[in-house]
Amino acid sequence: MIPSSFDYTAPSSLDEALKLLHDLGDDAKILAGGHSLIPMMKLRFAEPEHLIDLNNIPGLSYLKIEGGMLKIGAMTREVETEESVEVAVHFPIFADVAKLIADPQVRNFGTLGGNLAHGDAANDQPAVMLALNASVEIAGLDGRRTVGIDDFFYGFYSTAVQEGEILTEILIPIPTGRSGNAYHKVERKVGDYATGGVAVHLELDEQGICTKAGIGLTNVNPTPLRAVRSEAALVGTSLDVDAIASAAQYASEDCNPSSDLRGDIDYKRHIIRAVTKKMINKAKQRAFKN
Amino acid sequence: MKKEITLKINGEEFTKEVEPRTLLVHFIREDIGMTGTHIGCDTSSCGACTILIDGKSAKSCTVLAVQAAGKEITTVEGIATTEGAHPIQEGFKENHGLHCGFCTPGMMLRAIELLEKNPDPTEEEIRWGISGNLCRCTGYNNIVKSIKYAGAKLRGDELPSTEPVFVE
Repeated sequence: MIPSSFDYTAPSSLDEALKLLHDLGDDAKILAGGHSLIPMMKLRFAEPEHLIDLNNIPGLSYLKIEGGMLKIGAMTREVETEESVEVAVHFPIFADVAKLIADPQVRNFGTLGGNLAHGDAANDQPAVMLALNASVEIAGLDGRRTVGIDDFFYGFYSTAVQEGEILTEILIPIPTGRSGNAYHKVERKVGDYATGGVAVHLELDEQGICTKAGIGLTNVNPTPLRAVRSEAALVGTSLDVDAIASAAQYASEDCNPSSDLRGDIDYKRHIIRAVTKKMINKAKQRAFKN
Repeated sequence: MKKEITLKINGEEFTKEVEPRTLLVHFIREDIGMTGTHIGCDTSSCGACTILIDGKSAKSCTVLAVQAAGKEITTVEGIATTEGAHPIQEGFKENHGLHCGFCTPGMMLRAIELLEKNPDPTEEEIRWGISGNLCRCTGYNNIVKSIKYAGAKLRGDELPSTEPVFVE
C-alpha cells in the first residue's frame, strides 16, 4: 500500500516548522514518529498534501526533572520512557504502559507527543496522562501556552492543538510524598488496541490515607476518560477493600464503551471494573514500597 | 516532487532521487535491489520488513525513504562478515530457527538489537522482545533457542545444546 502523493519538508528548527505550518494551513500534517500517521496514509484515511517532519529538529527529545516536574520532550520515543531508570523512580507506570503499546520496533519510533496529539481514545498514553494530571505545552507562531490534560482531548482525532500549532512538551508533577501508579490493558493480542485499559496514580500521607487519586480509562469512551467518581471514592480513605470496590464499580458505570469485535458493552464494563480494582491494588502496593 | 537522499546501507553510500511517498522497504528492495528485507503484512504488524536504522530496529514498511536520509541502515545482507555468518545467522541455522524463512531476516535484525541491549535475556524477555515479529511456521520455540544460542556466542559463553526440544 502506497500513500497518495505529498510534498515533504524536514525543517531544522521549530520556528521554521511553525512558519511552514502557518503558510500551508490545513494542507499540512506534522510527522513525528509516523507510526499512526503513515499507516493511515497508506490506507488513504489521511491524504495530507504536505508533511512537515519534526525529526531533524534538535532539542525536542528529552526527559528531565526540573522545578518539581518531569518534562518530556514531544519527540521522545516510547522506548525511552520505557527504559529510563530516572522515570521509573516515581513513575513505574511508564514501563507498564510502554510494554503494552504496539511492539518494540514501533516503540523505537513512536513518540509521546504524537501519541497524545493524535487524539485517539484507543491510545494508551492519554489515560496515563489523565491519571498523572499532566499538562501539555503547545507552541504557535505567537508563543507558547500550557493546557491541562483535562482540557486537551476534544473528540475523535481532535485535541487542543489547533491549526498552526505544535505540541512541544509534556509536564507531569512529581509527587512529593508516598506515591504509586500502574497501568494495564486487556488486549486480544500484542499490538492490538485495548479492549479496555486503566491507569491509576495514588498519593498517600504518612498514615496511609489517600490524598490524591488519578484514574484514566482507555478506549471505553469517545475521548480518553477521567473516572471522576472513582477518584473521589478513594480520596480520604485508607484504600480499604470497600473503597476500592466502589471505585471499580463507578469506573465501570461511568465509562461509555461501544460494542465491537473486541467485545460487547457489558463485557467491557466488566473488564474496566476488574482492571480498575487490580490497578488500584498495584498502585497501592507500589506506594507502600516507596 | 522528487527529493534527493543520501544514506548508507550496510556501509555503502547511496544517493538517489525518490518520491516522498516511497516507503523505505520499497526503496531498499526496488531502488537498491536488495530483496532480503521482506514485505509481509504491509501494516506494521508482522515485522518481516524489520531493519536497523542507526542500530534501532524499525519496520521499514512504516518509514518513508526520505526519513532515512543521512542514516545508516542495516539489512540482512549486511550482517555476515568476511569471517563468516553473524552469530544470529549461525543460531538460526544450528537450531532450525526457520521453516519457510520468510520472517527470518526480520527476526534476526530484531534479535540483533535485542541482544545488544540485553546480552543475556531470559526466555520471557526474548518472547517480549520479538513480540512484533510473526512466524507462522515454527511455533517460535526454535527461534527463541536460536536467539539464546546467538546470545551465548556473542558473550563468548559455552554454547547451549542444539538438540531438538520436545514440548509436551
